[in-house]
Amino acid sequence: MGHETVTRQVTVRSSNGLHARPADLFARQAGKFESKIVVVKEGVRVDGKSILDVLTLAATQGTLLTLEATGPDAEAALEALARLIEIDLANEEMIDH
Amino acid sequence: MKFADFVSEGAIRADLSATDKPSVIRELTAALAAAGAIGADDMEGIVKAIMKREELGSTGIGRGVAVPHTKHPSVDRLVGTVGVSAEGLDFNSLDGEKVQLFFLLISPPDRPGDHLRALENISRQLRDDTFCRFLKQSKTPEDIWQLLAEADNNQFVS
Repeated sequence: MGHETVTRQVTVRSSNGLHARPADLFARQAGKFESKIVVVKEGVRVDGKSILDVLTLAATQGTLLTLEATGPDAEAALEALARLIEIDLANEEMIDH
Repeated sequence: MKFADFVSEGAIRADLSATDKPSVIRELTAALAAAGAIGADDMEGIVKAIMKREELGSTGIGRGVAVPHTKHPSVDRLVGTVGVSAEGLDFNSLDGEKVQLFFLLISPPDRPGDHLRALENISRQLRDDTFCRFLKQSKTPEDIWQLLAEADNNQFVS
């Protein structure tokens, strides 16, 4: 309570999209923050801390996602998660499976 | 993407005998080879590739489910199978739980979208407790095939 929700839009860059490994990395990173994390794709809202939920987005390359964070560390959470999606996961070499 | 679009009916196993990660991957890959979904000559290479992927991080995604997978140039479309272990086995899952349900996927290297859509379908259905429970209780490949067909007809999630 009392925390505003902050949002940020990110685009999935990697040609393989958010498959199992990136979804795992994303959910783990999200889980490090106290804030509630929601990922939105075309109006569908899922829990960003759940790998199963993130996988249901089937986010392919070019997909626009909205990240929402609500809580005391919301800004830091969005910063870290946006960097993960737009920079770290865009590096195919790291996660190409 | 529906289960019927990628699950090879003849490769479904309701009574997995494997008790560890390498042997369950081998058992399910052999089932795909026996069903003709992959070439027998490609089996060893596919098993190795799937094990290599597991080294990056377990595909045991929680809730007693694992999705071991790889890309392999020998397949020209996404193929997969489903296996159930009554006892469950240690798969180094992300949540530390034993795994009872296996969805093994092999996709052509140039079709990442299909792989994602299969993962989407599997994870969406698995969020439903009833589907998970029924699948774990399946005793025959026919039971599993029937459940997958019901899931394809949206009988578990809307």
